[in-house]
Amino acid sequence: MSQPSLEKDTPGTGVREPVLQAKGLVKRYGPVTAIASGDLELYPGEILAVIGDNGAGKTSLIKALCGALIPDSGEILLDGKPVHFRNPMEARLAGIETVYQSLAVAPGLDIADNLFLGREERKAGVLGSVFRMLDKKHMRSEAKRHMSELGVATLQNIGQAVESLSGGQRQAVAVARSAAFGSKVVILDEPTAALGVKEGNRVLQLIRDVRDRGLPVILISHNMPHVFEVADRIHIQRLGRRSTVITPQSHSMSEAVAIMTGAAEPPPHVA
Amino acid sequence: MANDPPGGGATATATPTTDFDERPNATPLERVQHVLHANPLLGPLAVLIIAILAFSLASGRFLSAANLGLVLQQVTVIATLALGQTLVILTAGIDLAAGAITVFSSILMANIATKLGVPGVLALIIGLVLGTAMGAFNGWLVTRINLPPFIVTLGTLSIFFSLNSVVSRSETIRGSDMPAIMTATGSTAFRLGGFSVTWGSIIMLLMFAFFFYALANTAWGKHVYATGDDIEAARLAGIRTDRVLLSVYLVAGLIYAVGAWILMGRLASASPNVGTEYNLNSITAVVLGGTSLFGGRGLVLGTLVGALIVGVFQNGLQLAGVDVVWQGTAIGVLVLVAVGIDQWIRKVKA
Repeated sequence: MSQPSLEKDTPGTGVREPVLQAKGLVKRYGPVTAIASGDLELYPGEILAVIGDNGAGKTSLIKALCGALIPDSGEILLDGKPVHFRNPMEARLAGIETVYQSLAVAPGLDIADNLFLGREERKAGVLGSVFRMLDKKHMRSEAKRHMSELGVATLQNIGQAVESLSGGQRQAVAVARSAAFGSKVVILDEPTAALGVKEGNRVLQLIRDVRDRGLPVILISHNMPHVFEVADRIHIQRLGRRSTVITPQSHSMSEAVAIMTGAAEPPPHVA
Repeated sequence: MANDPPGGGATATATPTTDFDERPNATPLERVQHVLHANPLLGPLAVLIIAILAFSLASGRFLSAANLGLVLQQVTVIATLALGQTLVILTAGIDLAAGAITVFSSILMANIATKLGVPGVLALIIGLVLGTAMGAFNGWLVTRINLPPFIVTLGTLSIFFSLNSVVSRSETIRGSDMPAIMTATGSTAFRLGGFSVTWGSIIMLLMFAFFFYALANTAWGKHVYATGDDIEAARLAGIRTDRVLLSVYLVAGLIYAVGAWILMGRLASASPNVGTEYNLNSITAVVLGGTSLFGGRGLVLGTLVGALIVGVFQNGLQLAGVDVVWQGTAIGVLVLVAVGIDQWIRKVKA
């Protein structure tokens, strides 16, 4: 480890165990090193923003955490136990839900179908076991519940096709899906990138709601104002390794950008 | 955003609820677009009804029970093929080998029964298995070798038609030389006045009912739509898209093989020289039924309506005394309009 790990000043209570932890992950593609030393800690009930310049390895790091990439070496611990994800499905089954930048929603299917895509529920009894009939009623009411729990209250018609929704609404569906099924961690990749100001703010509110419901969130974003608005801690990735961890209180946006780009020396971990 | 529903965000921030509803007022044309988008069967049904009305005005014989029964018989084979074609097109694929699999399966069934002396029922089952295998071969090429469906089925179309000539030696086998079961699909199941329905039509309709159910009410159906809609998104959502695609081509092969049985009943023979137009006719029926060639959107019931539109036009133009050469033009214009409307509907605004 290149940095002394100081885990004392986490927000809230004193010393806490990270929910999700990466230790010394390495990923190389031939001569290209995507992750030189991937370290990351995510604590309960926090929003951890991961920022970094293009090519800093943040996407590779996140992909390793959500099973989309298998690191060459290093360790991932979920609740203190080592895990080895071979594909995104295994990470999901372990409780890590990821909202990809591409959203991974099927535009032609409705909101309820999308929430349950890949984990549809069948009816009980013969209808379900022999006729494979889906329990649409239950899935719809559950979908409705999840959406309203996140305060996305105006999506009255849960049977509405996702393609007829705005960008922010689609994002809300994707976030609701991750919050509904993520039992441990929710990872959001550039959730506000394609959105207008208003919708972006609403999605930020969604992210806070997810955290306030007890799910820790990893937020990957290029949008500094958004990061500084919602993050509890900010993990700065640079040249394939963790440069430092700061908080919105300890540093300004321009200082963060300076660290990110190498213009300023990274301070020791503040958070 | 007048009504702020209760609940909402737990944190104390400026926005109490996450309210995304800000649809601007739609123009009448946009409303039509929305209605068509929400009810994909509406367009095809309107075309079918208008066509029926127009042809009944043009010819007094058109609406007779006997003629309507004839239309149903005429569309049965194409509708069956179009059902399999619908499944493939829903996954954003296309099956150019649909007709070839159908005709080759019928030749195999008939030859196995007559040349090898296999009992009729067994010959049918072997033919169904072989047709399914041909579909699975397409699916294997699409998923394992990762070739585009258009190219795969263009290749297998050629292969199956050529093997068809080899096996059949370009000979037609008459229905009277086959076991009775092989042409039983052409016999009348029941009659309502002059309106007679063949067993083939009943089988076809049952298959439509089955796949209507499977697509709308099972996880497999949802996965077919999701895969066709956006395969990468489906994969990220945890769907095993390769399995979905393989299953679709395999099932399509089985449907075409059932179509082969229906075809022998309809023609009262097994002829290697039919079927060249079946591919495009099946695609026509799918497109007229409102299923999008870009995948992820469509209904098998639409395809049934689409097949009926083709049948009604062919039959109606004939009864109206229009030269048969104009049928193609009429159908072609319909196809172009249908695809144009589909493109327009797809651009529906949020």
